[in-house]
Amino acid sequence: MPSGRTSGRFGLVVILGLAGLAGLVSLANVGCQSSDELTLLNVSYDPTREFYKEFNEEFTRHWKETTGQDVRVDMSHGGAGKQARAVIDGLKADVVTLALAYDIDAISREAGLMPEDWQKRLPHNSCPYTSTIVFLVRKGNPKGIKDWGDLVKPDVSIITPNPKTSGGARWNYLAAWGYVLKKELGDLAKINDPSQKEAVDRAHAAAREFVTKLFRQVPVLDSGARGSTVTFDQREMGDVLLAWENEAFRVLQDSGPDKFEIVVPSISILAEPPVTLMDKVADKHGARAVAEAYLKHLYSPAGQRLAAKHFYRPVSPEGVPAEDVARFVKVELIRIDDVFGGWAKAQKEHFDDGGVFDQIYKPE
Amino acid sequence: MPAAPTTLDRSKTVAGRRAGATTEPWWIRGLLIGVTVVFLGAFLFVPLLAVFAQALSKGVAAYFHSLIDADALASIRLTLLTAAISVPASALVGVAAAWAITKFDFVGKSLLITVIDLPFTVSPVVAGLIFVLLFGRRGWLGPWLDAQGIQIIFAVPGIVLVTLFVTFPFVARELIPLMQAQGTEEEEAARVLGASGWRMFRRVTLPNIKWALLYGVILCNARAMGEFGAVSVVSGHIRGHTNTMPLHVEILYNDYEFVGAFTVASLLAMLALVTLVAKSIIEWRAARQMAAAELTGPRDELE
Repeated sequence: MPSGRTSGRFGLVVILGLAGLAGLVSLANVGCQSSDELTLLNVSYDPTREFYKEFNEEFTRHWKETTGQDVRVDMSHGGAGKQARAVIDGLKADVVTLALAYDIDAISREAGLMPEDWQKRLPHNSCPYTSTIVFLVRKGNPKGIKDWGDLVKPDVSIITPNPKTSGGARWNYLAAWGYVLKKELGDLAKINDPSQKEAVDRAHAAAREFVTKLFRQVPVLDSGARGSTVTFDQREMGDVLLAWENEAFRVLQDSGPDKFEIVVPSISILAEPPVTLMDKVADKHGARAVAEAYLKHLYSPAGQRLAAKHFYRPVSPEGVPAEDVARFVKVELIRIDDVFGGWAKAQKEHFDDGGVFDQIYKPE
Repeated sequence: MPAAPTTLDRSKTVAGRRAGATTEPWWIRGLLIGVTVVFLGAFLFVPLLAVFAQALSKGVAAYFHSLIDADALASIRLTLLTAAISVPASALVGVAAAWAITKFDFVGKSLLITVIDLPFTVSPVVAGLIFVLLFGRRGWLGPWLDAQGIQIIFAVPGIVLVTLFVTFPFVARELIPLMQAQGTEEEEAARVLGASGWRMFRRVTLPNIKWALLYGVILCNARAMGEFGAVSVVSGHIRGHTNTMPLHVEILYNDYEFVGAFTVASLLAMLALVTLVAKSIIEWRAARQMAAAELTGPRDELE
């Protein structure tokens, strides 16, 4: 039955199909670079949206003033692990501003977009702002939660995201662990003292028991920090939310101080969300100069002011209005490098498959 | 359409006979109808209402304010663009595939029919990841594309491609049974009378399949505009650039912008309602076409 005519018909279909493909390719080029307008893509984690929205406007103004050029900054937000994965798979980020160094290390290791020692390139471990982990409780603090120890009282229900998927949850977990080490050892310097090995091992065992108990009182593990906040705030589950300090302040601002209170524990962890340049992408894209200026601007008084305004602790608070600094309660903050030997080690020991978290968390 | 009245009468008598054959007492029938209505109300109508209620919870002004937000408009534009490219493309490929399968015999035909269903059986996440594996930085074609400066994934072309992938079967699935029932006699007659291939397609085949084709296109469009999973994997979530409407809804929701989220969601809900109405009308016409094909059958078409 097939004849010259049918093949002609198929010729037409093939031609139309090819035309469609050609359209796609031209779109590809448009999508890639439409004009000589200067653009930057900043790939960030979830809770920075409001901060970067304002900071990008500030930077656009600053860049126009100093160079006369227009620049547009595009944003992508999502869970830090997922965002790092997207950059590795080809998302063309000029800069990344993620929740923890471990995820950025993965970009360096897997995709080689920047040198391995990227964290030494900018001041303060490449962190223009820091945060910590605090407790958000319901108004009046009905369960009387003052410190980490109160969390494991039998009738307290705790909301935290899943440490396997959420950067914020890993900070929560390590902060709880660090609290017990501090309580057992008194002085955290003992951790790196070989003669104290026995005491340190005992402290780690106690910490493990404490964290096990804590996670037994978590009714639901969301995959990200925002999800947990919605669970606590909108679905009204749990007595206490373990949260980023900036996220806790935001909830307080949005839902009104008559619903929640922030409780700062006796000790917490220094959460350092680093920023860095994706050298290979920015160079190819011709955006190195503006991308570097963008990151440096985060450290400027203007950048620091905006960070503080959006509840991140500024690393140089000199130019920041006093009332914005005053709301950050002074608290002893442990560092992951001192106590856990850095992110790579902590990740491997605690959060990788078969790690401590997998051993202690067994849903019923 | 001369066969139409016969078809209608036939379907009426068939339906009539079937209804008469059920002998359940009135209360069982009432109970079944009641359960269905309550279920539909609780699971479809109430949530739909909730979407609009949330969207309008801060007033009409807030609704329109979130509608003209630059990122929301960009997501609407991107969704329309994606549908504008992927729906005609999948209609074209769908017609070609249905034609090949129903009008010719060739080796591997049944395999082809099975493969067409693949996008339906594969989870959207996997569909998205397939494209990451192909076009990602470390994928098969990634390094070459990178060297040419062509960005597929995490850009509009990638979104169009995955949408094409997940929507491709709709048109083909609608057309294959119809074209099988219709057979090839009319085309053969046209050819005997000296029609060219294109003319034959336009004057004979297309009129015969138009309602089924339209039905497939409507379903295809609804999926193209509503697809979340596969698009989410290849989007990169760049605000104002690679967020389609469903992705934008999720982002706004996570940003506590409930009014904005449900405003965009209400647009998708309206799309669903329009689709539903268009679908019912076209379904009715398509059923008549199918019944006509079955009634007359391929063999006695020319009598």
